[in-house]
Amino acid sequence: MSSHRNSDVANRRADKPHTSMFLRMLMRAAVLRRGRAASALLAMVVAAAVATTMLNLYVDVQAKLRKEFRNYGANIVVVARDGQALPADALDKVESAVAGHGLAVPFAYVVARTADGQSVVVSGTDLDQVRKLDSWWSVTAWPNASQDALVGVRAAAVVSPQGKPFDLSFQEHTIHLNPAGTLRTGASEDSHIYLSLKDFESWTGVQPSTIEIASSGSSEEVSALIQRLSQALPAAEVRPIRQIMEGEARVLGKTRATLAAAAALIIATAALCVLSTLIGWVFDRRRDFAIMKALGASERLISGFFAAEAAALGAVGAILGFGIGVGVAAWIGRVNFHAPVVPRFNILPIVFAGSIAVALISAVLPIFLLRRVQPAMILRGE
Amino acid sequence: MFGRLVYESFRRQKRRKLLAGVAITLGVAVATAMIAVATDIGDKISRELRSYGANLIVTPQEDTLDVQIGGVDLKPPSDGAYLSEADLPKIRGTFWHHNIVGFAPMLPVGVRVSDGADAKNLTLLGTYFSKKLSFGKEDFVTGVRITHPWWRVQGAWPDDNSPDVLLGESLAAKLGRKAGDEIEIAGQQHRIAGILSTGGAEDDQIVAPLALAQEILGKPGAVRRLYVSALTKPEDALSRRDPKTMNPEMFDRWYCSPYVASIAYQLQEAIPHSHAEQIRQIAQNEGTVLSRIKGLMLLVTLAALFASALAVSAAMATAIFERRTEVGLMKALGAGNISVAALFFAEALLLALMGGVVGFAGGALLARQIGRSIFDSQITIEPVLFPIILAIAVIVTFAGSAMAIRRAVKFDPVYALRGEA
Repeated sequence: MSSHRNSDVANRRADKPHTSMFLRMLMRAAVLRRGRAASALLAMVVAAAVATTMLNLYVDVQAKLRKEFRNYGANIVVVARDGQALPADALDKVESAVAGHGLAVPFAYVVARTADGQSVVVSGTDLDQVRKLDSWWSVTAWPNASQDALVGVRAAAVVSPQGKPFDLSFQEHTIHLNPAGTLRTGASEDSHIYLSLKDFESWTGVQPSTIEIASSGSSEEVSALIQRLSQALPAAEVRPIRQIMEGEARVLGKTRATLAAAAALIIATAALCVLSTLIGWVFDRRRDFAIMKALGASERLISGFFAAEAAALGAVGAILGFGIGVGVAAWIGRVNFHAPVVPRFNILPIVFAGSIAVALISAVLPIFLLRRVQPAMILRGE
Repeated sequence: MFGRLVYESFRRQKRRKLLAGVAITLGVAVATAMIAVATDIGDKISRELRSYGANLIVTPQEDTLDVQIGGVDLKPPSDGAYLSEADLPKIRGTFWHHNIVGFAPMLPVGVRVSDGADAKNLTLLGTYFSKKLSFGKEDFVTGVRITHPWWRVQGAWPDDNSPDVLLGESLAAKLGRKAGDEIEIAGQQHRIAGILSTGGAEDDQIVAPLALAQEILGKPGAVRRLYVSALTKPEDALSRRDPKTMNPEMFDRWYCSPYVASIAYQLQEAIPHSHAEQIRQIAQNEGTVLSRIKGLMLLVTLAALFASALAVSAAMATAIFERRTEVGLMKALGAGNISVAALFFAEALLLALMGGVVGFAGGALLARQIGRSIFDSQITIEPVLFPIILAIAVIVTFAGSAMAIRRAVKFDPVYALRGEA
């Protein structure tokens, strides 16, 4: 009878090699020791979440900060050679080269005379674009009508101390202007008068000689843009504004380095926390290990079992943690930069592989230590 | 008996205590390092932001309009007023002189440069490169090498007391000169010490020591503009107010805060007949960039604190859960819930204190390492941080242990002793 049953079991085993038993052991281990499995999983999830948050921030912070740095204004300037005007299609060429990744604003300059013969620099430009490009300009009111001018504070003291309309002349042509607002920057703009390009051109007939470009790209992209612009506009000089680009590169580099150090520290702590929790968990189950060994399981099978268990834990933890981490990174982005940090799915494989690797190490290490121990010793409680 | 229990528990279970202790130490070390870095990052980044150059400009009060296009001065040099060079060292006497990283005077002069047969009208800019000055007993060095860190020289920087000049790189290409050549400026031969690249208008100019420009202009001691690079505090509600409308107490507070506006006010006081103004492009954006980076580090620090707290809790929970047989034995021998909990809490306290001290020291070292390798300067750790860190370590360890201790205490000793946990 019993031999019959035994052969039955043997037959079933032969048909379905260990797979179902293996899966059952895996499942039961998780279900029976719920508390321990849950705490191990929690450690895994937290570690994966923290790693995801830090990596996501590290990858995205450059883009976020670069947006802040663009408030410093233009980082490339296109100037006509030797005081001539730029070709008429220069702005179109620049705009097609920038292709939406930034702003391009034309400036035209002349030295005009006030009614009492003082020299003053007058500039024609696209005022709406300037407002976006030079966000630090402190302006009382932006002009919006024709013949309205934006007057620098120092120029205003000369041309219209009481804010009254004034006349300017350039090569026998006179224009009557209305000071719509005053401008304060602390730099040479304070001595300038700004007009819309249309008013400026119909008055002086002078075309823009400068285009200021704020390109929102990495330094490699900016260099590539400068190269493209130089080829498209051989008649003009295209140069980076080194003051802005080098300052940005420096601050950005230091910030990223600090963030990388922080990320390394935090991820290392999280990984070690997982390691210690999982090692404790596996070590705690040395009885299971001893029983399996006493029943004749091979070392490879036991290692495989614990490794599979750890890998499953790592995989589940990594996916849950990734979701939470993306959420935390998005929250940090919203609080600090007022724009969510975009989830970077290309870091998922890193987090996934890292979690499983840490889990496998923490499962295999105790097995390796217990290998020499006789199962009887463990079962006897020694 | 209680003391012996705690002592024996530490002596006999070295491995488990070590695991929990390592977790606490690591958590505390990371928390300490992150807090130290986050509190100091504002200082460090605002120093890095100085690489954008000067954030204040001082001009003569009675100045005429600048006639400047793209950095090229078209104003006749005889026009307008000047600052006096002799007044400049007084900047070191202002209240916030420690915050003033450097300053550089500028004096543009029109010169005729002979290039073979024909002569050209060019701008010569007189300035300090890295000039030694003294105020009172204090010696200091200042000039464009500090205020304009993006200026690059191929060759050598000229000495401030020499008649040597720098040639802008576009100009040098046009004239076909290189470092070491001679150039005739306003009828005199000068050696070109180096070729200057700035990416700005100076690329088409000659840059010379201030004394040379004054000599050519015939006005000793004259300075047209002064650029000042200062470490400032980001703007807030107080700094946006007009100092004229403040009451005396508020004015003192404003005066004694390193706002860009109050430093400008003090510069105006120090230099007679001057007008100081913030360069808004640099000064205004500094604040936003700084607050973003500080905010980011603060949030990252919070994340680090949270992660270390959970790491400590997990380690403590594991350590206590492993000892349920021991709890069963103690309870079977008649120990009450309170004495069992007290034992665990005492052990947790000891672990937290030991881990806290070692972790604080480790964290301080880590922060120093970060400061040295990233910012080339020390990150100072406030001693007041030590008790705070220790308190956080104890609280987190207790909080992490509390749940596990409650479960361990509630356990029926019979099951625990039969090994059916």
